[in-house]
Parts: sequence; structure tokens; C-alpha cells
Amino acid sequence: MISVRVRKQFAAAPGSVAFTLDLEFTAGPGVTVLFGPSGAGKTLTLECIAGFLRPDAGRIELDGLLLFDGVSGVCLPPQERHCGYVFQNYALFPHMSLRSNLDFAAERLPRLERHRKVQEMLDRFHLEEVAGRFPHELSGGQRQRGSVARALLAAPKMVLLDEPARGLDAPLRAELHEVIREVREGFQLPVVLVTHDLEECFALGDRMQVVCEGRIVQSGTPESIVEQPASLEVARLLGLYDLFQAEVRSLDPGARTSRLRVGEYELAAPYLPGKFKGDRVWMYVLPERVKAVPREGQRAGANRIPATLERTVERPQGMRLEFTNGLRAEVPREEFAAWGSTREWLIEFPPGELRAL
Amino acid sequence: MDLDWFPFWLSLRVAALSTLIATVGGVWLAYLLANRSFHGKDALDAAVTLPLVLPPTVLGYYLLVVIGRESWFGRAWEAVTGAPLVFTWQAAVLAAVLHSAPLLIKSARAALESVDHDYERAARTLGASEWRLFLRVTLPLASRSILAAVGLAFARALGDFGVTIMVAGNIPGRTQTVAVAIYDAVESGNGTAARALVLAVSALALGILWLANRLQARQAAR
Repeated sequence: MISVRVRKQFAAAPGSVAFTLDLEFTAGPGVTVLFGPSGAGKTLTLECIAGFLRPDAGRIELDGLLLFDGVSGVCLPPQERHCGYVFQNYALFPHMSLRSNLDFAAERLPRLERHRKVQEMLDRFHLEEVAGRFPHELSGGQRQRGSVARALLAAPKMVLLDEPARGLDAPLRAELHEVIREVREGFQLPVVLVTHDLEECFALGDRMQVVCEGRIVQSGTPESIVEQPASLEVARLLGLYDLFQAEVRSLDPGARTSRLRVGEYELAAPYLPGKFKGDRVWMYVLPERVKAVPREGQRAGANRIPATLERTVERPQGMRLEFTNGLRAEVPREEFAAWGSTREWLIEFPPGELRAL
Repeated sequence: MDLDWFPFWLSLRVAALSTLIATVGGVWLAYLLANRSFHGKDALDAAVTLPLVLPPTVLGYYLLVVIGRESWFGRAWEAVTGAPLVFTWQAAVLAAVLHSAPLLIKSARAALESVDHDYERAARTLGASEWRLFLRVTLPLASRSILAAVGLAFARALGDFGVTIMVAGNIPGRTQTVAVAIYDAVESGNGTAARALVLAVSALALGILWLANRLQARQAAR
């Protein structure tokens, strides 16, 4: 169990603006994902925990051991923090074989036990056959497994991973996710993982902390956060939704429905708890749930809004249409081909799919 | 006419010994400057650079003040060894150290600082003490560059003239190093000796530079 409360100010410097890191979270066994855009302060947070950076104030405690305390001035060096750290470039020592890399991490153990532990770790991560190789002779997957194995050999009380999947292709990424699941299941440690990839949050995250501009703006399970983003900021960070502003025209708690006004059009939506008639609200909906039909011969109404096509984007799942009013919709590729090159469309919102922030 | 090669061999011996001293002390100072923060670090940095820019005679003067027969160091030396330190080949070693160490410290510091910090951070999170991390990670990773720096320091030690002549003098067969001997030979019109020594020193220095460059190129390729 780790609890983190840190505050650190970074003055403006050439090439960077002033920045304040000010956040607080706790993480138990399982994977906690720090999700956010680049420059949000995710890696800085890891560096504060690992002891590479000294916060201005705050308190960091790991399993009852005080790692940092701004008030009493406690600040343990990285050597005494028991935090395993997996670097983005893996940082396997290039002048040592993989086995020597692992030995280095276990050096405090007596020789026989060290040998046994290193062997165990090599077996667990399928590295036995390449143990004698140097890092530059290993494949990307072997390097990442080796670096995780090395971190675990130092018997850490938690593991920090700094964007380990950045720049990996899909198969390597899947392999890495397997390794991290192995760590989660096999070691019962708090694992804190930094990423800006939402799919990774879902693949690995037991909990998710959304970080933006040095603060945590929402925390919860990945599912709950995508289901209900806490603010416009979070919704935009997730980058998943069509977002638009609407005015509440009427609310019907009995029928669990509401009516919204968007420009000159009216939409039916589910009941919006906590909102009042006349409120301006931000609505969000997943583009995958939005339908689009060509306007020709159709009428507006029936939860449809006219829109002009700006461009199309090929997606694995289908054709994504982006409209001039900022909305997006996804249609199957064959349907889009059949409709040809029309630019005027109607966007149809299934009433049940609309949500308010 | 027989050429006197004594100055050449003396210079080799002086340069080898001074490089050894400069390497042990210089790498340690470079480590301090590269990794630690302490009071007076800027002053130390300036002090180790100073010999690069001061006239050699000024350095020689300072060295005379420190090791002269009147100084406490000079007196202690005389009490232990029974002879003064100035105007001996050992004084020439000190002169060469003073002349070559700044270059070595500068290069070694750059070499240590060029090691990717992630390796050092990784070693720390694995529980390695600063000392073990330096010996097992930083130093091996910087070893080629440091070796190149040692080579350059050796070449520079070989060529000192000003400091040496101030503290070791020009005693043929005892303290006359190659740089001094060449000056002497030219002054006395002994062209053959001057040419031979000049060519020997040039070839040696060129060889060392070539080696140092190769070491550095291979370090960069890693």
C-alpha cells in the first residue's frame, strides 16, 4: 500500500513553462494507472516516489515506511525506498550480460540463494536461454521481460513503470501486457503504471488516476471513468466522445426522459439528474453509438441534426465521418460506399445513449 | 655523433608516473564534480581549470612556493629523503601532473556525465550504493572515454616545458626532459639531436592521439 501526497513547483525555464505538481492518491496491490497527456506530470510523480526528485512538500509512505515527509524533512535515497522501477528504455546495463544484470539486483543475497532466485526469475520470464546475452543481443520483448525481472529481484515493495509500452508495436505491447499481468498475479504488489493510452488503462488498470496539468482530475475504475467523466476536461482528455452543448428544455422524472435544444433542433434524451430546466449542459456520446444517414429525401427531427461532412477517416471498425460542427459518427464501410459522395448528412442520436457531464 | 636519448626516456618515465597520479586523483575529482553537489563546487571547478589558462611560469612559481626548500612540504621531504625535492626528476613529475591533470579532469568529467542517467537511477533503485554504482556501472560505461582522456593527459605530460624548467631545471642526465633538451639542442646549434627528439616526440604524440580518437569513436558507437 502506497500513499502519495506531493507538491513541487517548477519555475519557468527556456523551453518550458512554469508548472506545479500537486497531487494525492493511494494505491493498493494491483495495477494503478496514471493516465494523462504528455507533460501532465505523470513521470515526475513516479520520480518523486522513486526518490529521483525531491518534492517541495507532502508525504509519501510505502507499507508503513516513510519515504518522504516535507514537515520532518525525511527524504530517503532511492536505495532505501524499495521501489522497483522499469524505465521506458528498460535501462539494462549494456556492459553486462542479462544474467549479470539480474545478479546485480540480487547482490545483497548470499551466493547460493542469489543463484537460485536469479534462476527462478529467468525461468518465470522465459529468459533462461538468453541469460548469457548482452542487452543489445536481446529482442525487444526479452529486454522488457529482463528489465521487469531485474526490478523484481531487488525484492521491491512496489513497482513503478514509466510508459513501458511507448513506441512498441502491437504484438510487443500485447506481450508486455502479459508480463505486467504476471507481475500483478504473481507478486501481489502495488504497481503504478504511467501511460497516455486509454486502451492500456482498460487492459491492465484495476484503478485509474486521470492526471492533468499536475493534478488528479478524476479517479476510479477505467470503466466508471469512461461511463461518467467528471468534467469537460476529463471528457476531452479521454478523447472518446462527441461533445456538444445543449439547453435543457424540459425534464420528466416520471418517464425518466428529458428534452434538449441544440441550435434550432430538439433532441430526446434520458432524464438528467441534478439538472434544471434552462441549464446549459455539455452532452457526450460515443461516436460508435451515433448513426448517420444522407440528408437527401429524409427529414430532420426524430433526434436528428443536420450536419455537413468535413472529412472521413478510415478506422479499423468502419468509416468515421467528421462533421463541420465538430461531431463525429461511425458508419459501416459498405454503407458509406453505397451512399456515395453526399456531403449533407443527418446525425441521429439514439435517445438512450446521450449523457450529460 | 652519438645521440643522447636520456631526455626521451626520462620524459616517458615522468609522463607515465604523472599520468598515474593525475588519473587516480583526477577521476576522483571528476566524479565529485560530476555527481555531487557541495559548497565551493564552482570554486573547485575553477581551480582545476586554472592551470589550463595560466602561463606555465606562473604555475611553476606556485609550485616552487609549495615544494621549495623553505616550504613546510619541502622541509618535510628533505627530512624524510635526505635531499631537497626541487631540481630532481620527481619535481618534474609534479610539474607534469599540474600541467596535465586539468585536461584529464575536464575530459573525465564529461565522460562520466555522458553516461545515461537512467542506468545510474536503475542501479540506485536496485539498492546499489553510490560507490558500487560508480565502480560497476558509471566507470565501466565511461571507461573508453576516460582511457582516451588518460592518453591525452599522457601526451600533454610528455610535452611540458615551462613548469618543468622552473621546478626541475635543466640538468643534463638528471632532470633534462625531452622538451627542455630540444630547447637546449636548438640553442647550442645541435640540429641533429633537436630533429631526432622532435620527430620522436611528434610520432609518439600522434600515435597517442590516434588511439584516443579511436577509443572515443568506439565509445560513441555503443
